[in-house]
Amino acid sequence: MARAPSRRPGVNRRAQYGLFASYVIAITAAIAGLLMVVIAAADPAGFSVIRSTTSEVTRPVAAALRSAVSGIGSLDENVFAYVKAGSQNAALRRQVEANRLKIIEAEAIKQENVRLKKLLKLTEASDSEVATTRMISSSSSIGRRIARINAGSLQGVMTGMPVRAPEGLIGRVLIVGPNSADILLLTDSQNIVPVRRAKDNVPAISSGLDDGTVEIRPLSAGRNPFKPGDIMVTTGTGGLYSPNIPVAVIVSIKAGTATGVPLASPARVEAVMVEQPYEANIPAPPQPATDTDQPAS
Amino acid sequence: MTMHVPKLGNTPSRWRLEAIPIACVILASALPSLLPVLVQSPTLPPLGLLFLLGWRLLHRELWPLWIGAPLGLADDILSGHPIGTAVFLWTLIMIAVETIDQRLMWRDYWHDWLIAIVACLFFLCGGIILSWLAGSSASLQLILPQTLWSALLYPLIVRVIARVDRWRMMA
Repeated sequence: MARAPSRRPGVNRRAQYGLFASYVIAITAAIAGLLMVVIAAADPAGFSVIRSTTSEVTRPVAAALRSAVSGIGSLDENVFAYVKAGSQNAALRRQVEANRLKIIEAEAIKQENVRLKKLLKLTEASDSEVATTRMISSSSSIGRRIARINAGSLQGVMTGMPVRAPEGLIGRVLIVGPNSADILLLTDSQNIVPVRRAKDNVPAISSGLDDGTVEIRPLSAGRNPFKPGDIMVTTGTGGLYSPNIPVAVIVSIKAGTATGVPLASPARVEAVMVEQPYEANIPAPPQPATDTDQPAS
Repeated sequence: MTMHVPKLGNTPSRWRLEAIPIACVILASALPSLLPVLVQSPTLPPLGLLFLLGWRLLHRELWPLWIGAPLGLADDILSGHPIGTAVFLWTLIMIAVETIDQRLMWRDYWHDWLIAIVACLFFLCGGIILSWLAGSSASLQLILPQTLWSALLYPLIVRVIARVDRWRMMA
């Protein structure tokens, strides 16, 4: 393209001032933008109203498109199965996977029972589910791993609630709008989950790597206790995620850590459940009799 | 710059001439949150930025220098970046493109492509680095697929913009 007529206005004073003003506005705007980033870093919920409002606008389109193309996430899997061993393969594999998860969960629950019997008799409300919904879109162009679900404060969803699928943990609610909510996925580097190995109680911390995998860092010092194939489940420590939700399966080992793949892939799960934060389910411990623990004075 | 001739007796309204490019960029920014795609790592290119650059490189006098700020704000809100990321980075990119325009005598198609790739790389790197401020620890390798997609998609986007531009001018 030929050189465009220059913005340089020559000797026209008024045009010179106009050009100068546009640079001043641009540089001021850039600095204001940088300040906003810093403010948003200090107060992540500050701008959430703006974002939840726009998500209300985009929600109907995303939800409609999502229901139109539901199942496209597993399209590759189906094609692969057909090529490999016929059309039954995909269904069978899914069933095996479901069974495996059930076995893991049963194993974890058995362990949990043993442990709980030793502890106080904490009762746990069984119906902690707030809403069952679908994931409608995700932040596919930026580094943060955020997905959007088709339920919001009108359905009872609140910030901080854990979100899970039947297959495993998905993440937690970040921003809530009236009918939609943004969730921070398990694979985001800001999402840190206390986990333990399902078959024994080796504790670890799971944090996202932003690329679809999570880093599993053992809490105990010494050699890395994990090996590929280990299943990690939540511990319930910290009081957000209830215990024994499957989190990830370890696929590779690095020097001090392990890399895991989430068991619930957001692209493949059909429905997700928003649950009450775990600590809200534990009833307050019974009040001790006041006269016994008052020291005599 | 090519001059488009409107149909005889019809002059496109000023509103139409100014609103269409802006709507085009905002729609491109909104596209990732409209598409029912659930991905585990960043894959889609920064469509808003690519459209902004496409329009800017096609029509130099279309927008004032500070256009990166309002359109960047729209992109931040729609894409999920921490608010201010694209305001800052897009404004810097617009100033850089302006500077390049003053230096280059002739801008070929390849120059436009190179400018777009470098700008995308800058924006994606900057987005990751600014997200570190907010406590994220994403690695810079994550942007490689996005950069590749941006480079491959830009020629197509230029053609889309040219089509829209022709429609915009034909009132």
